[in-house]
Amino acid sequence: MQNITERLLSGDRRALARMVTLIENESPQARRYLAELHQNAGRAHIIGVTGAPGAGKSTLVTHLVREFRRRERKIGVVAVDPSSPFTGGAILGDRIRMMELAGDPNVFIRSMASRGSLGGLSAATRDVVRAMDAAGFNPVIIETIGTGQAEVEVMRAAQTVLVVSAPGMGDEIQAIKAGILEIADIFVVSKADKPGADQTVAELAMLLSLDPHRRHHDKSKPYWRIPVLKTSAIKDQGITQLVDAIEQHYQYLLESDMLANRTQRQVRSEVEALVLHSVMLALKDKVTEAEWQLLMEDITTRERDPYSVAIELQKRIGLNNK
Amino acid sequence: MADTRPIRVLVAKPGLDGHDRGAKVIARALRDAGMEVIYTGIRQTPEMIVEAAIQEDVDAILMSILSGAHMTIFPKVMDLLKQNEVDDVLVAAGGILPDEDLPAIKAMGIKGCFGPGTSTDEIIKFVRANVQADRLTADV
Repeated sequence: MQNITERLLSGDRRALARMVTLIENESPQARRYLAELHQNAGRAHIIGVTGAPGAGKSTLVTHLVREFRRRERKIGVVAVDPSSPFTGGAILGDRIRMMELAGDPNVFIRSMASRGSLGGLSAATRDVVRAMDAAGFNPVIIETIGTGQAEVEVMRAAQTVLVVSAPGMGDEIQAIKAGILEIADIFVVSKADKPGADQTVAELAMLLSLDPHRRHHDKSKPYWRIPVLKTSAIKDQGITQLVDAIEQHYQYLLESDMLANRTQRQVRSEVEALVLHSVMLALKDKVTEAEWQLLMEDITTRERDPYSVAIELQKRIGLNNK
Repeated sequence: MADTRPIRVLVAKPGLDGHDRGAKVIARALRDAGMEVIYTGIRQTPEMIVEAAIQEDVDAILMSILSGAHMTIFPKVMDLLKQNEVDDVLVAAGGILPDEDLPAIKAMGIKGCFGPGTSTDEIIKFVRANVQADRLTADV
């Protein structure tokens, strides 16, 4: 039998599914496979979809996929839902909304539990996207867990970020807060058939009109004017325009140096995360659970302090910085 | 780490009935037992169930059906699994399954049948005991 990376590259969806499992489980082999796949990835347009719980992300993703299928694309979807902080269990329900897409071999949907990661994604999301990218899916859409105001991890994984709001979810002060609203490349106001949609659009447009980049950008370079688009899944409105905007944004990224820019920043944070992970593993290797127990007791009884303990452990794994 | 990963279960409702209360209770119970449950919603065709099981690379498929169509739908699901060479996934069923059909259902390769009154603990234990241990630890 061919090995799993060859099967994945030749379009075997079971190989892709198994690869995703290996990645999710941090299998030691996964990194080796991903290293092999790296040169085959980098072709997909990676689209992030984020927004509050119930804003309509899964429904929107379903409609996006349908429109991309009409444009004869092969689409990968990674949908993240939260894990229980108590049991580690999870209900992954994004497929319910995506029912009509099931059975299409040109659509690959994978539900992922966040497994303790904060920020709206799971730790493995980026690598799963890479596997789908290498398998020939383009675009790859990441649907984050329902986010609050600060879960902005998706900006480190996606090239085009859609922030989805539904009417009636907050006043204009919410819209000028820092955080998630700053990471949008495209604003989507979903459920536009409901009352209040125009007001939400107006509030977001107001926020954008205050954007300092808007007036002070370099006129000789391409400039992306963040659009606010209304969609309605019930009335099947706004989806074509939204997909047009997504494709225009990718064009903009290619024509400006923004794509390379973003990719480099993402790669850097990725390598940093890998190194940090290795540090954690080294620590796990060098310090036994029993020893941790003793150290924690020493600290809670004030016998020792956390800072000197940290320095001692750093030295143990070969880190000599103060 | 690989040896402690959560069990992934697909909970699916084939057939045309919309009675998914039971499926939701099971999904919730499995979640509380630390499993990752992919819930597909109602009115799933055998093709949808098998494709979802493949893409999600689940360890177990639990089907709930009350409409009486199980003797039509279950064989199709099992055939599609075979056609796709999926041979390491635990399949179980629940809902209204008449006693006289149980031998035939088991003969299809459906390992567990759970009727009304089954405790959620029993189902959790069954899944834990019957998911192939090598799926949870194997690297490939």
